[in-house]
Amino acid sequence: MAFEGLSDRLQDIFKKLRGKGKISEEDVKVAMREIRLALLEADVNFKVVKDFVSRIRERAVGQEVLQSLTPGQQIVKIVHDEMTALMGGSETKLNLSSRNPTVLMAVGLQGAGKTTTVAKLGKTLVKQGRRPLLVACDIYRPAAIKQLQVLGEQTGIPVYSQGQTNPVDIAQSSLEYARSNNRDIVILDTAGRLHINEEMMDELKNIQNTVNPDEIMLVVDAMTGQDAVNVAENFNAQLHLTGVILTKLDGDTRGGAALSVKAVTGCPIKFVGMGEKLDALEIFHPDRMASRILGMGDVLSLVEKAQASIDRDKALEMERKIRQQEFTLEDFKEQMQQVKSMGPLDELLGMIPGMGKQLKNMQISVDEKDIAHIEAIISSMTPKERRNPDILNGSRKKRIARGSGTRVQDVNRLVKQFEESRKLMKQFSDMGKKAKKGGLPPFKLPF
Amino acid sequence: MSFFNRKKKNCSEPNNGVEKPSPASEVETEKSGLLNRINPFSRKETPAAAGDNLECEDQADQRLTAEGEETPRPEAEYLGADQDATTSAAVEPKPRLNFLQRFKQGLSKTRENLAGKIQELVKNTRKLDDDFWEELEEILIQADVGMNTSVELVAKIRQSAKKQRINDANEVLALIQQEVTNLLQNAQTLNLGGAQPAIIMVVGVNGAGKTTSIAKLAYRFKQEGKSVILAAADTFRAAAIDQLQIWADRVGVELIKHQEGADPGAVVFDAINAARARQADILIIDTAGRLQNKTNLMKELSKVRKIIDREIGQEPQEVLLVLDATTGQNAISQARIFQEATGVTGIILTKLDGTAKGGIVLAIAQELDMPVKLIGIGETLDDLRDFDPGLFAQALFDTDHNNVQS
Repeated sequence: MAFEGLSDRLQDIFKKLRGKGKISEEDVKVAMREIRLALLEADVNFKVVKDFVSRIRERAVGQEVLQSLTPGQQIVKIVHDEMTALMGGSETKLNLSSRNPTVLMAVGLQGAGKTTTVAKLGKTLVKQGRRPLLVACDIYRPAAIKQLQVLGEQTGIPVYSQGQTNPVDIAQSSLEYARSNNRDIVILDTAGRLHINEEMMDELKNIQNTVNPDEIMLVVDAMTGQDAVNVAENFNAQLHLTGVILTKLDGDTRGGAALSVKAVTGCPIKFVGMGEKLDALEIFHPDRMASRILGMGDVLSLVEKAQASIDRDKALEMERKIRQQEFTLEDFKEQMQQVKSMGPLDELLGMIPGMGKQLKNMQISVDEKDIAHIEAIISSMTPKERRNPDILNGSRKKRIARGSGTRVQDVNRLVKQFEESRKLMKQFSDMGKKAKKGGLPPFKLPF
Repeated sequence: MSFFNRKKKNCSEPNNGVEKPSPASEVETEKSGLLNRINPFSRKETPAAAGDNLECEDQADQRLTAEGEETPRPEAEYLGADQDATTSAAVEPKPRLNFLQRFKQGLSKTRENLAGKIQELVKNTRKLDDDFWEELEEILIQADVGMNTSVELVAKIRQSAKKQRINDANEVLALIQQEVTNLLQNAQTLNLGGAQPAIIMVVGVNGAGKTTSIAKLAYRFKQEGKSVILAAADTFRAAAIDQLQIWADRVGVELIKHQEGADPGAVVFDAINAARARQADILIIDTAGRLQNKTNLMKELSKVRKIIDREIGQEPQEVLLVLDATTGQNAISQARIFQEATGVTGIILTKLDGTAKGGIVLAIAQELDMPVKLIGIGETLDDLRDFDPGLFAQALFDTDHNNVQS
């Protein structure tokens, strides 16, 4: 998970502060120095760090903070606020004009992830009921047009290309094509270029002047170092960017670029790329991201994901079963599939407050393959066995292991795990009965 | 989860794909027709110096004094400036004139940012006090050198300055250059041994420039009169195979490929056999870009590496990690994890023609024992160079650049 390293560092710093009943100015000074180091190591731009730390120091040294009952908490809150502000306050939506077609343009350095992002953006817009058209303006990189065409096929979005002719002409005629083919949004995929390459930057300006895009978005690799600022400043000065898309945020980068780019360009980060799958593009929520960085978790996103992918009726039925101890292996499997449809597990766990760090400390790596094995084992059981695992004897287990391509030990382990989680659920539901307050939440993670 | 999706079609069990390589593997031969069709569109090389005017404002001041420096200076003058540095020996004088100039041109952005700032600092410094050292540290951090490395580097320089009783900021420059050279001392060139075919496996994160670097490598070997075969083991990214095919056609080398979504292990297996059958000198294997924290994808890469080991009965001659010079501290994590998964033997540092300062090279040299072997300094096929630490340090801290010696 991106930001992990930064998150760890900051949490350690805060832990020290929280433990103190009274905080002196010296304590603040030490903490600020450590925050500065943590941010620098996370590739946050040097100047941005300076400003950021001095703002926090100013607020933290104020009387009401140091004399409050929970000075540590207060400082965490200040850092959270400032970090949210640094990343742009609240989320910013795409600026989709009423003009037909709306024109979006993606620009950036080579290898930032423009083509993939364009396809992801198209898919996001389709989900919103729009009819995008992808336009291949990268005439330089070998097979760039082909790449966009393949992605267009995978997403079911039409791709406009004219081969290797002038990108300005391609952009121009794509608008007419969109109008006559009933597409309401045009997304231009431009070639990657260096911000200092005049000739290539002029090409972008020409496209801009010709088609007048509603959005010009800079695609930035989240792993970029101090140079992110140079790149963003240059692109912004020449093209007047309207937004930024951060890519490859599913890596283990500390993500300093995210914190710098908004600060130097004033352009909001609109989306973040979170994976190689074509629906792995998410709206960027600065406040939630700040919470995640500071180890406060991101329950909001988790709940949203759950709502988007979990069937409410099924969840209620599951809850009833758990309470009445009718929870079977079959339900176990179903639950697992539902959770899986929410996204990569380690990412989900990272959203639970305090979880991200614990996971790392415990050296648990959530292996998606394990889940596949568990599914295979359960699928290899007969309905009767799934309902009542107690009947599993040696020969049944052998058969299941053979059927699922696993070993008998694996089957044993699963059965044991299942029994344990059933016990745990019983405890929870007993607790719920005692509290007499609605029992369990509508769904539970099976781990 | 991405693991499952990546293995779209040939979702075979790990070893199956290798034991039964698909007979349908296509071996493409030279197509000069396609070569001609595509070449007119290949991007013209723009010297980095041309973009100088577009620099951000805060750097414009310091460059004012350097205005006349845009034209390459004569070699003698250049070397003369660095006579006291230990690095001169690494540079052969006359025959490399053009190379050195090109190299410097490619690095000009790097130099002007990092060295420019250092020179500015030196110019404004009267006394070597704490402020000076702190600022030096900050400049290095801004060049992506990283916290730890910057601190250690500055501490070393400070110590030798004290030892040598240096009180003049100008003289510190030479020390910096020397320390940087020392740090990068373990640089090596490609080592292909006597094996035939010599196998080069190329790995890296998404968008680092693997495919382009491979094209440049192939071109380079071709120029040396060697026969090269490429293997398209990036079967995941859309049109990655087509991209490599176009490069193979341009360079005029063979490409071994399967369908998109095929098992990369099977491609490698076929490629090794093809390289043997055709008695090729060198086989270069392109792999799909992957982020280093994707455990399963890294396992897949280890598997590919194992297949190479098994098929040729020894380690591949080179496993090259392609690093984007614009990458920040994450590059260290990349180097470390790719090293664990595939036994990286060297680094190709790409995109040094931008404003990126390439400082991560120092951090990597400091924290891991992994030599930089090649650098990419432009978009044309011959813009891949051997990494020379002396030259690198020299070009970075080009001392007479801003008349600081006056």
